[in-house]
Amino acid sequence: MQILLAVLTVALLGGAFGFGLSYAEKKLAIKKDEKLLELEPIMPGVNCGVCGYAGCNAYAAAIAQEGAQLNLCAPGGPDLVEKISQIMGMVVEVDPDQRRKVARVMCNGNIEFTAKDYLYDGPMDCNAASLLMGGDNTCKDGCLRMGSCIKVCPTDAISLDGQGYIVVDEAKCISCEKCVAICPTHVMHMIYEDSEYSIDCNSKLPGGRVRKFCSVGCIGCKICENKFPESGCKVENYLAYFDQAVPHSQIAEAAEACPTKIIIKR
Amino acid sequence: MSYIAILLTFIFINNFILVQFLGLCPFIGVSKSSANAIGMGASVTFVTTVASVVTWAIYYFLLVPMHLEYLQTLTFILVIASLVQLLEMVIQKISPALYQALGIYLPLITTNCAVLGIAIINITNTYNVMESFTAGFAAGAGFTLAIVLMSNIREKLDLMPVRRAYRGMPIAFISAGLMALSFMAFDKSLLTNLHLV
Repeated sequence: MQILLAVLTVALLGGAFGFGLSYAEKKLAIKKDEKLLELEPIMPGVNCGVCGYAGCNAYAAAIAQEGAQLNLCAPGGPDLVEKISQIMGMVVEVDPDQRRKVARVMCNGNIEFTAKDYLYDGPMDCNAASLLMGGDNTCKDGCLRMGSCIKVCPTDAISLDGQGYIVVDEAKCISCEKCVAICPTHVMHMIYEDSEYSIDCNSKLPGGRVRKFCSVGCIGCKICENKFPESGCKVENYLAYFDQAVPHSQIAEAAEACPTKIIIKR
Repeated sequence: MSYIAILLTFIFINNFILVQFLGLCPFIGVSKSSANAIGMGASVTFVTTVASVVTWAIYYFLLVPMHLEYLQTLTFILVIASLVQLLEMVIQKISPALYQALGIYLPLITTNCAVLGIAIINITNTYNVMESFTAGFAAGAGFTLAIVLMSNIREKLDLMPVRRAYRGMPIAFISAGLMALSFMAFDKSLLTNLHLV
C-alpha cells in the first residue's frame, strides 16, 4: 500500500509537471518574426563574423529587427544581397564593380630561396613562432608556412603544397578575411579575384638587405614604376604593389623586366 | 536563528562552493570571464531562491501529509528540473532582455547540485518558509560571490606568465583550493561572537 502510494505520488507529480510544461510551452510560445524564419536558412551558415555580428543567425535577426545593412555578408556576396532584399522588400543597388576578393599569400619564399635565422623547434603555429624574434625566417615580413591560416579557414580553402607554399583555393575562398586577421606577419592579403597579376612580396626592407636573405623578394628597384608608368605598379617603402584600378597596359613588360621576377601572372 | 545569521551562514560560513563543495561544475566551467560569471551567479541566485520556496511547499503540503518524506530527493529533482524549464519559458516571454542575460545559463542549472542542496538543507534545518527563502537567496549570493571572485582571479591569471604545466585548469584548481582555505576563516564562532545565536 505504502509502495503504491509512493509510486502514484511520483507518477502523478511527474505527469502533472509534464502536462504543465507542455501546456506552458504552447501558451508562452513566442512568435518568431516571419522574415527571420525566411532569412535564417539562406544565410551561408559559416558564422565567420565579417558582418560584425555574432553569427549568421544574429545577423539575420539584426536585419529583420534592427534594420541592419543588407550587404554586410562577404561569403554570401551579391547573390545573397539580392535574396535578402527580396525577402525584406527593399531595393539595394548591387554595385556592379563590387568584385570578389580572395586571399593570397604575398610571399614567394621557401626554404630554398629564403634564409633562416635559427632552427625553430616548437609548436607548429605561426603565432607561436613569431613570438621568438618574429619567426625563424630572416625576412620578418614573409610567410612562416606553419599554417595558422589553414587552421582558421572555415571552408578549408587554404593548404600547404609540396614545395612548402601556402596556397589558397580561390573557388573555395569566401572572403571572410579570417586568415588575414590571424597572420602574424600580415603576409596574407585580399586581392581581386580577376586581378591578372600579383606582386608576391611583403618585405619593406631596402633592396640591399632583402638580397642578402631572399632571392625572390622585392628590392624596391622601381624599374616597374619608372620604366613602365602604365603598368599600374607603385613602389612604397621599398615594396612594389600592383594597382588594377589604374591603367595597366604595360604590366606584362614590367613582369618581364623585374629583376627578381616577382610580378607573377596568375 | 535570525535572518542575518542565515545570510551570514550561507554566504560565508557554509559557502556552497568553497566550504560545502556543491555546484563545482559551473564554478570551474563558467568562471573564465567575469561577465559570464555574473550572469551565472544571478541565474543560480534566482533559481535557488524560487526553488527553496517551491520545494518547501511541496515537502510540507504534499510529502508530509502522505508520510512520504523519504521521497524528498526524488521529488525535489523532479520539481527543480520542471521549475527551471518553466522559468526559462516565462522569462523568455515576459522579459527578453533578462532572457538574453540569463537564458543560456538556465539549462545548466537544471540538474545543479547546489539547487538540490539548498532544498534539502532547508528541510534538514527545519526552516519555515521565510527562512527557506532567505537561505535560498543567501546560498545563491554565496555562489555568486565565489564564482565572481574566481573569474576575476582567472582573468588575471590569463595575463600572468604561468608555467606551461600549470596553465589553464591546474592553476584554476590551485587558486580554488587557496580560496577555499581562506574561507575556512569564517567559522560558526562568528555567529556567537556577533551574538546572533
